[in-house]
Amino acid sequence: MSEKKIFLILLAVFLAAYFIPFSNLSVQNALSEAFLLLQGYAREHVLLCLVPAFFIAGAISVFVSQASVIKYFGPQARKLLAYSVASVSGSILAVCSCTVLPLFAGIYTRGAGIGPATAFLYSGPAINVLAIILTAKVLGIRLGVARAAGAIVFSIIIGLLMHLIFHREQQDAKPAGFVTAPETREERSLGKTAAYFAVMVSILVFINWGKSDPSMAAWYFIYRIKWIIGGTLALALLWMLVRWFQRPELHDWSFSTWIFAKQIFPLLFAGVLVSGFLLGRPGHEGIIPSEWVGRLVGGNSLGANLFASVAGALMYFATLTEVPILQGLIGSGMGQGPALALLLAGPALSLPSMLVIRQVMGTRKALVYILLVVGMSTASGIIYGNVVR
Amino acid sequence: MEIRVLGPGCARCHEVEKRTRDALAELDVAADLQKITDMKEIMGYGIMGTPGLVINGMVRCAARIPSVAEIKKWIQEALRP
Repeated sequence: MSEKKIFLILLAVFLAAYFIPFSNLSVQNALSEAFLLLQGYAREHVLLCLVPAFFIAGAISVFVSQASVIKYFGPQARKLLAYSVASVSGSILAVCSCTVLPLFAGIYTRGAGIGPATAFLYSGPAINVLAIILTAKVLGIRLGVARAAGAIVFSIIIGLLMHLIFHREQQDAKPAGFVTAPETREERSLGKTAAYFAVMVSILVFINWGKSDPSMAAWYFIYRIKWIIGGTLALALLWMLVRWFQRPELHDWSFSTWIFAKQIFPLLFAGVLVSGFLLGRPGHEGIIPSEWVGRLVGGNSLGANLFASVAGALMYFATLTEVPILQGLIGSGMGQGPALALLLAGPALSLPSMLVIRQVMGTRKALVYILLVVGMSTASGIIYGNVVR
Repeated sequence: MEIRVLGPGCARCHEVEKRTRDALAELDVAADLQKITDMKEIMGYGIMGTPGLVINGMVRCAARIPSVAEIKKWIQEALRP
């Protein structure tokens, strides 16, 4: 860390310590809300949800052959396939959020063109595996599913619209195809890899199985035996690891998991503290009065959804931090529709990423893309808000 | 020998750079090692994903973190005339 940075940090800490009115009751309340929210996360979400999710993310980045997915983006790829793969592959390829922009740049310049490239650009951050899992766990299954579905559907729509609008400009550009490094042999059949992932995801789902009303017999029964199911699946996983994987692979896997945890944990913790301080836990107040939130983004009006979309597009959300922030907003009165709008526009765009996109595509295309994202997020927010009413 | 590590600056690219330095140290080979974080430049190599490793202009690895053993093998191959 440079000396100048260290100085600025010390200066900031000093100024904060000097000026923040800690004796003010609201501030004290907001501070305790921040830490109470953090404790809630630590106790409820970290061990059973985040840790398994990090292992899954690590496994994806190590065991899923990105090369075999990428070839669907090649210039020879059939358009229908390219779009479908683009919209979903974000979950596989963009596990590390920093890979989205370079990959988008590559697909745009060398692959199947602006349509699949922008479809991927949108879906990548939106359908991030870790984010979907945490969204479903913290904000509820409905929002989790809506987010995933919205990301997929609208990435295809945005991609197609971009293609239609800019089609004529693209024709002279000759797609060059990707430069590929020599492939390493696939050591495991697709079936085994699929089974391995299925078991891990199932473990995650079952150990997080929520308690429901005893009247919903099947659901409640599964809840009663969720640890038995989880334990059995864990044993199955152990068997798979011993029989199908080799020592260096397992080492790569745990290392990749560790990299994700190292990178994302501090950001998530910071995001939780900020969210708790600003908005408080659901049902409690933070520094920002709930009535402000309710007025700006409560209900399901066009204005509320639009505001949420635009704010989301401009704000930068470090991976996963959108979840505690949304939790705080919803708890302070944000409507379900605007919440989804924020979920769809927030992770996909930020001021810094807009600049990079502009660098890759040019100002006009970037502006159209941004407008499409904001528009689609607003629209889906309004639709969703009406559906869950 | 010219080695380029391609990546916008996340933990994975740092790891590739670190492993490359380890490999060079273990083989006691000197090389001009640089990290490229500029998007346009990275795009120029045509790789499908970061992190990327380029030795003497040839793309050796893309979109994954190679092992130190693999990097050593590539360095040795690049040394052969």
